[in-house]
Amino acid sequence: MASQEILGRDAGSRVSLMNDPKIRGIFFQIVVVALLAAAIYWIVGNTVENLRRANIASGFSFLRGRAGFDISDSLIAYSSDSTYGRAIIVGLLNTIVVAVVGIITASILGFLIGIGRLSRNWLVRKISTVYVEVFRNIPPLLVIFFWYFGVLSVLPPPRDSYHLPFGSFLNGRGFYFPKAIWGEGSWLILVAFVLAIAMSWFVARKARQRQMATGQTFPILWTSIGLIVGLPLLAFIFSGFPLSFDFPKQSTFNLTGGFQVKPEFLALYLALSFYTAAFIGEIVRAGIMGVNKGQSEASFALGLRPAQTLRQVVVPQAMRIVIPPLTSQYLNLTKNSSLAIAIGYPDLVATGGTVLNQTGQAIEVVVIWMVVYLGLSLVTSAFMNWFNAKMALVER
Amino acid sequence: MKNSVKVILGAAALGLLASAASAATLDDVKKKGFVQCGVSTGLAGFSAPNDKGDWTGIDADFCRAVAAAVFGDGTKVKFTPLSAKERFTALQSGEIDVLSRNTTWTINRDTALGLNFVGVTYYDGQGFMINAKKLPGVNSALQLSGAAVCVQSGTTTELNLADYFKANKMEYNPVVFEKLEEVNAAYDAGRCDAYTTDQSGLYGIRLTLGAPDDHVVLPEIISKEPLGPAVRQGDDQWYHIVKWTYFALLSAEELGITQANVDEMKNSGSPEIKRVLGTEADTKIGTDLGVSNDWVVNVVKAVGNYGEMFEKNVGAGSPLKIARGINALWTKGGLQYAPPIR
Repeated sequence: MASQEILGRDAGSRVSLMNDPKIRGIFFQIVVVALLAAAIYWIVGNTVENLRRANIASGFSFLRGRAGFDISDSLIAYSSDSTYGRAIIVGLLNTIVVAVVGIITASILGFLIGIGRLSRNWLVRKISTVYVEVFRNIPPLLVIFFWYFGVLSVLPPPRDSYHLPFGSFLNGRGFYFPKAIWGEGSWLILVAFVLAIAMSWFVARKARQRQMATGQTFPILWTSIGLIVGLPLLAFIFSGFPLSFDFPKQSTFNLTGGFQVKPEFLALYLALSFYTAAFIGEIVRAGIMGVNKGQSEASFALGLRPAQTLRQVVVPQAMRIVIPPLTSQYLNLTKNSSLAIAIGYPDLVATGGTVLNQTGQAIEVVVIWMVVYLGLSLVTSAFMNWFNAKMALVER
Repeated sequence: MKNSVKVILGAAALGLLASAASAATLDDVKKKGFVQCGVSTGLAGFSAPNDKGDWTGIDADFCRAVAAAVFGDGTKVKFTPLSAKERFTALQSGEIDVLSRNTTWTINRDTALGLNFVGVTYYDGQGFMINAKKLPGVNSALQLSGAAVCVQSGTTTELNLADYFKANKMEYNPVVFEKLEEVNAAYDAGRCDAYTTDQSGLYGIRLTLGAPDDHVVLPEIISKEPLGPAVRQGDDQWYHIVKWTYFALLSAEELGITQANVDEMKNSGSPEIKRVLGTEADTKIGTDLGVSNDWVVNVVKAVGNYGEMFEKNVGAGSPLKIARGINALWTKGGLQYAPPIR
């Protein structure tokens, strides 16, 4: 490009406009943009015209209509009297929930597997390898079916639930555990918790400054744990144990009361986590192996212990290699969550599909789907780019 | 996922194909040589493939009747299995010519969705099925408060279910799947306490379960479900062909014309029978419709009359053994009534 510009400038006035590469470049770009705009205009116009001719209602006003159907899992208040728009939001929130908890679990599991594959322990190494090879080579839909039909649907009916510790139950209808009901004064515990986190952060900062100045270390981890557990516990005792539990009980059909995690959610969550963890494991392994062996050798030579070497020297450098492909895996997990429809978890695609069918507004619903997934992916990317910039090596 | 792709492609086709909603479906059908008919993914008695892979059932036979009316040959039909979610988009986008898929006729579908229902081939109502062995003592839908209910998404069933439980101030937990087979599998695995869909469907589904005798259909009928074929709006000729094929099936039963005696009947002395079968001199009974004059003969030869179709697929001659009930002819106390073919 640069040499062309120089050539163009050298030739100067002697070259006609037709042959000036710069002007020609601009011209063709304008042509392409115009063609694209014309194509979009034609498609939209044609669609509107065809819908009108086929007497199919169009536009987004249908979102204000009464939905009339119920949704099993909802984070926000929803009944059959709510609107179609709200039904789609319920589905969107369900998608976000499964994506977020899936990403957290997959990351933790993936890091363990990735480190496990490089372990000096033969058994740990082999188990991690088998895990990666199995889950990486099965389509995600089959992993979901495996959890749903293979594991969860063969659990006993509610009458013969497995009794688990702390008053929780497991059966074919899901996992039930006691729901905590916070009484009066429980806000104090929350305040104590937030305070503890703030104090831990402050302690960590001070400790780092001291280490920089004097070289002395301070047990940050134990102090933080003590603060974060201790302070809310104190508040809990001080405010007079304002906590009771709603235990699940057997009723005519199901267990009632308590908190129910439905098998559809469990299957999807476990499948997405296990599937994506296999990929994250490989990414982590690649990241760690990408750090020059001389780095850890130098670290050992300085007298750092293996755990410190991993935490202070290897992982920070590995993160630079890990984060970009990790972003793709997070995006994949979010998009794969649309497979929920196969097992009846009411995610965005499932509730949107129901809305589509009840209203017949195919084009509008498909547009909503695309815009929402695009938005979710862009938000995830933006966050990961910010994280990547933060983790990038800073030269001192 | 595949379904979503189908829906997206359907939506795209809806937008792009200029000919999608244009008239002259009859010409298109004649040009390609067969009727493309949308059916269910497998509902015994209505549209389901048999052990040889042929589609059987009252809805599938209706498609054959339309093909017989157009081509004089009931085999000139191709079937497209559709989930509840795909069915309307498939029809709107022109992927299929007729939707004959146990679909309930509602005002919304007739207006906002751009469809035209041609009639009611089966008067149905929504019911509940439970596993009587696991739930002894439950003998009414009003005892289902707190139950997990399996239902197919995007159906009128799903809406009626919500209305019924709300009206009776009962709680329930919907377990919703997109495909009928998925609902069946979940119910059979005990994921739900009750299964709700049209009662005819419940009888059919019951036979496919692991232990059919354990399951009972509860007596309550909570809705009107008039099931019938539908076509696109904007093509009156094709709408009339499909509509009058349905009426021809009814008229044939009323006049006693059957698959076995249709050829003899052509020589009948009755002016009405002669008129219907197109043997009257200078008749235009079929050509005005855009088909041949002996179209009713072809229809009855291909699938029999309405009564024969009913008995063979869902009635006494089938494993479902559903009584004619309100689906009997008006002359026998039922609701099936055809305007005169004249």
